Amino acid sequence: MITEIDNSWKRDSDGLGVWEHRGKVAIAGFGHSPVDRRWDEVSLDTTLGAYAILACQKAMDDAGLKPEDIDGIVCCPTTIAGNSGGTASNWAPRPYFDPPFDSEQGITRVNADWLIQQLGLHNVKFAPASAPTISEMVGLASQAVGDGLCTNCLMIYPTGNLTGRYRRGGPNASDMAPGESQWTFPWGNHGGNDFINIFPHQEYCRKYGGEHDDVAPFVLNQHRNGLMTPWGFNYQNDIPQLTKDDYLTSRYILRPLRLWDCDRPVNAAGAYLFTTSERAQDMKQKPVYVLNHSEHNFPFKTTQPTLDEIEMWTDKTAERMYEGSGLTASEVDIFNPYDGYSIMSQFFLEAFQWHGVNRGDAFAFYDGDITVEGPHPFCSSGGNLGNGRTRTAMYTDSIEQLRGTAGARQVTVKAETALCAFTTPSSGGWLMLGNSPD
Amino acid sequence: MPKLIPQADDLSRPFWNGVNQKKLILQHCTDCDKLQYPVKTNCYHCSSSDNLNWKEVSGRGYIRSAIVIEDGRLDRRMPDQPYNLAVISLDEDPTINFYSNLPGVEAYKAPIGSSVEVIFEEVAPGQLIHEWTLVH
Repeated sequence: MITEIDNSWKRDSDGLGVWEHRGKVAIAGFGHSPVDRRWDEVSLDTTLGAYAILACQKAMDDAGLKPEDIDGIVCCPTTIAGNSGGTASNWAPRPYFDPPFDSEQGITRVNADWLIQQLGLHNVKFAPASAPTISEMVGLASQAVGDGLCTNCLMIYPTGNLTGRYRRGGPNASDMAPGESQWTFPWGNHGGNDFINIFPHQEYCRKYGGEHDDVAPFVLNQHRNGLMTPWGFNYQNDIPQLTKDDYLTSRYILRPLRLWDCDRPVNAAGAYLFTTSERAQDMKQKPVYVLNHSEHNFPFKTTQPTLDEIEMWTDKTAERMYEGSGLTASEVDIFNPYDGYSIMSQFFLEAFQWHGVNRGDAFAFYDGDITVEGPHPFCSSGGNLGNGRTRTAMYTDSIEQLRGTAGARQVTVKAETALCAFTTPSSGGWLMLGNSPD
Repeated sequence: MPKLIPQADDLSRPFWNGVNQKKLILQHCTDCDKLQYPVKTNCYHCSSSDNLNWKEVSGRGYIRSAIVIEDGRLDRRMPDQPYNLAVISLDEDPTINFYSNLPGVEAYKAPIGSSVEVIFEEVAPGQLIHEWTLVH
């Protein structure tokens, strides 16, 4: 079953006031599959579909729910290898396997229908098809529960990666540049967060002082946090701690962007269980309350966003998020912005003014104590850089910090509220969480 | 190795026709007197779709920012690596920008802030693209 929805659920404009469901929706469970670099193309118990099933089961177990309790499901119908993935995103034309792996579903993609069948979710009444990224999915799940469209909503984010270089092939292997690519491909810009942010990052360095490699302490700390994150790639695969020398001698991708400014594509799935705050009281875990969700999609004025635009967009998203949650910068304890590339995190940090960091202050902040043990535990999750491109670390760490179950990563400062996101400056969304509904 | 070949569509065809005649013509909204690039169905500034016309611009600008592509994803451009990718701001309206590989400028040597002017480069028989070169 697929539920048709429009975009009216989004909180994507100015002046919306405090979210009408603030504190009335909670995250009651989460689950992660193992995080592999790629599917090995042999083991059917480690396919993207098998991992999505596993993550869902863990999320339900975490909350103490059974498949028959689930009445909503929000699943991303595509994987982050995306349309330009070529050999990295499609299994075809190779032969498929026996059911349920007899199509792309379960191998390179996972959708709600497939999961409903595999998990026996017979009571699902809400299963929207159009939620392309995790940032929108957490907002949609929150809004759906708040609006009463469902009560126990599973949200699943699968991230696939097959053999071959990530996002090679497809349009990237073509000689032609159709559609939007006619304005970028001829000059070598294949699109993506790296290109969107590297030019404004260059402008940032010139405007405020500093140089690109000033992000190194942040990148190293992300890897350090990742090694304290049992559900992340680096921890599970005994990746050694990145050193400053490793970073400074790493090769360039889009100079000055280095290899270690980029996150590692992985094959994994994460799942979350959203419910009403009332129901969450009777579930296994201490509820983590949703205090606001916010989405944004700012159109590009011209070919390449500038620093001025990036700062305007991120200022606007911060303003919306604070307004909708009723919180101020000084009331945010945990701050997990997106880091899938290192060069944009400073834009978010400064827009949200977390721990008083203003425009131009980020590099000095990175050079201070940003460890989880210290006074400014920035990105306590380790993000994508420390855990692989699951895009879930920011959310799961925030939940664990508020529950007080983050283990070695548990911050020593107060952890009562958390801001987390998968987002670019131009598009994506934010989620504000709290360990109290008030 | 040649660059990728832009495929004009109904909306962009006037722009590429201009490029093929070695002219840089941009959409111009006569409702709000603003230029825009790339082409869109509506004016970015006032949302008007009725009065988007075409206007030739000087083809002068400056290098706003630049990187060097050392490990890109486009097959056709890989033999060119490393190569400059610069953002050019247009003199008439510096909020409008273009990409350029800065032909004639050695990789890693892009002079930020320097003046440039448009040139036209053939990427396929009969198909030009707009490029930018330093003004000496």
